[in-house]
Amino acid sequence: MTLLISVFAAVIATVVWYKHAPNDNWKVGTLALMYWGASLMWMCDAIFEYAELKEEFFQPAAADMLNDLFLGLTVVALGLVIWLVVLLVKDPKGVLRGKLLAKKND
Amino acid sequence: MACFIVPATEAIVTTIAAKVLAKKEKNMEIHHEGSSAGIVEKSHFSRKLGWLNNMLWGGSALLALEHVWHGEVVPWFPFLTAASDASSRAEMFHEMATVGVAMAALVTVTWAIMVLVSSRIEKREDTTASVSEAAAETVSTSDNK
Repeated sequence: MTLLISVFAAVIATVVWYKHAPNDNWKVGTLALMYWGASLMWMCDAIFEYAELKEEFFQPAAADMLNDLFLGLTVVALGLVIWLVVLLVKDPKGVLRGKLLAKKND
Repeated sequence: MACFIVPATEAIVTTIAAKVLAKKEKNMEIHHEGSSAGIVEKSHFSRKLGWLNNMLWGGSALLALEHVWHGEVVPWFPFLTAASDASSRAEMFHEMATVGVAMAALVTVTWAIMVLVSSRIEKREDTTASVSEAAAETVSTSDNK
């Protein structure tokens, strides 16, 4: 479930990035790469888990699925927070820099 | 258990490599000032290394959250619950050597494919540009004649 949610997040971020490419003022490319990195890592984890559990891997308990759903959503939220921090630190539009300089000049 | 440590370690190495490379490329840019911007842009391997950094750092951070969620990472020493006794420590190292290494390798191979594809596209665009440039030159010389 966590893998599925992160793959969906990666696909959505990639589509948004592609729609605005080559302009990446919003650094959506960074967000997409972060989600793809996590998705690949979870896919690897899933392959190892499948090798261990076989058919059981595809029959998770309802409680586990609910827990994984919450985890997936939390992961997406953390990804968005990291992206926001990166966006504000890099400040590609110079909004924060402009505000800080304006305050200094005052 | 602690599989995210392997890609995180790779991320530290690639970040340092990208920083060093970016510095070298900047020096090269100053040295080759006046040459066409396309050549400089194409040689920016550090930018491509940045893709790998984003995937490794992002993936490791999100996986670290999963480990915190499952109680495998704690905010007190030794930070990993599996590191408290010898038997679970061995299990943790085994997981790092198998799942962790596989994770880092899969992300790196995916990045290598991305770099290969982008290089091919750049090469193709270069060839198209030089062919159209040569054609335009031929037309202008025949016009002059």
